[in-house]
Amino acid sequence: MFILIVGCGRVGSSLARAMLSEGHEVSCLDEDPESHARLEVGLDKGWEDLGGQFTVGAGLETDALVAAGIERADAFIASTDGDNTNIVIAQIAQRRYEVPTVIARILDPLRAEWYERQGLHTVCPTRVAIDMLEAAVKEGAPRGGASPSNGAAEAA
Amino acid sequence: MYIIVVGAGKVGWNLARELLEKEHEVTVIESDRRRYLTVEQELEHNVSYGDASELWVLERAGIQRADMVIAVTGDDEDNMLICQVAREKYEVERIIARVNNPRNKPHFDLLGIKPSVSATDLILRLLEHEVPEYGLVHLLDLQEEQLEIIEMLLGKDCGVTGRRVGDLEMPEGSLLISILRKGKGFVPGPDTVLEVGDEVLAVLDPGHEEQLKVLFGPAGGNGAGNGG
Repeated sequence: MFILIVGCGRVGSSLARAMLSEGHEVSCLDEDPESHARLEVGLDKGWEDLGGQFTVGAGLETDALVAAGIERADAFIASTDGDNTNIVIAQIAQRRYEVPTVIARILDPLRAEWYERQGLHTVCPTRVAIDMLEAAVKEGAPRGGASPSNGAAEAA
Repeated sequence: MYIIVVGAGKVGWNLARELLEKEHEVTVIESDRRRYLTVEQELEHNVSYGDASELWVLERAGIQRADMVIAVTGDDEDNMLICQVAREKYEVERIIARVNNPRNKPHFDLLGIKPSVSATDLILRLLEHEVPEYGLVHLLDLQEEQLEIIEMLLGKDCGVTGRRVGDLEMPEGSLLISILRKGKGFVPGPDTVLEVGDEVLAVLDPGHEEQLKVLFGPAGGNGAGNGG
């Protein structure tokens, strides 16, 4: 698969490395040229030497998207640090370039939920954190060590 | 009407002021705390503090009952998405979005955000109007209605001056609607003879600009006459 990742921060760069090591073709687009260094963290060779692609540019710039290969991308991941940018560019990838798999990272749970219902595949790290924290709290034992049970709650 | 204006910059603030004077109900949403406090001094309860990208902020401002949402922040993504949720989620009937970077205009169109207004485009139109050497000026684009109105200045080398309007080979789907001559406008009849210096207004289906440009351009009338 040819995977285009826009936004090469901690999430984007780690995903890019993982996809590349699984044998996919990976192209990254980021406005910050420095983010190229993040891609090479933990690698013993350069990103390009391993077959990766890196383009400097903004996700909203059509020229940059084309240079990064959006026209032949099988999957498009919007993982910049801005929710609004991610939502807009994911819709551009979906509607204009008809990329088969489009995933947008959206931190705002309310909008992630709404756009998901509109047919946009979204991943909401905030939602994941809320669910995990909630589960972790419920698993914890109260003072005294007795674990809460439904029976005890009903009795009280 | 109840109108929500997003962004209390120069555009949003003045817009809100004008709308309030016209006795509309207005809420301006501003996400910068300092800007909010400044604007609040004048607009008082008509300003709300918050990031209008967030749905609950829009809901707190009463978007469910808004007749119109105008997004004029300095950020194109914000303006696009605020208008998108206003229309698609809250079914607000009318939206207007500001385009800061004209290169983002196709994105607004792609997401169906209409109308969108770009200051750069407006100034360009004005420039074309003030500097007529461009030949053909777009006065109005009615995208939904598929019509435009354009203006042309008939120069010295123009091919149609001295000819009767009734004799012009106007492209199908276009119509001469008015002539401005020496500061006065009138509706031409078939016997009206075109003069150098006339400003001609035409209404047309989009896509016929080039044909009109040829017809009204240098010696264009003659060329078209021979060809036809």
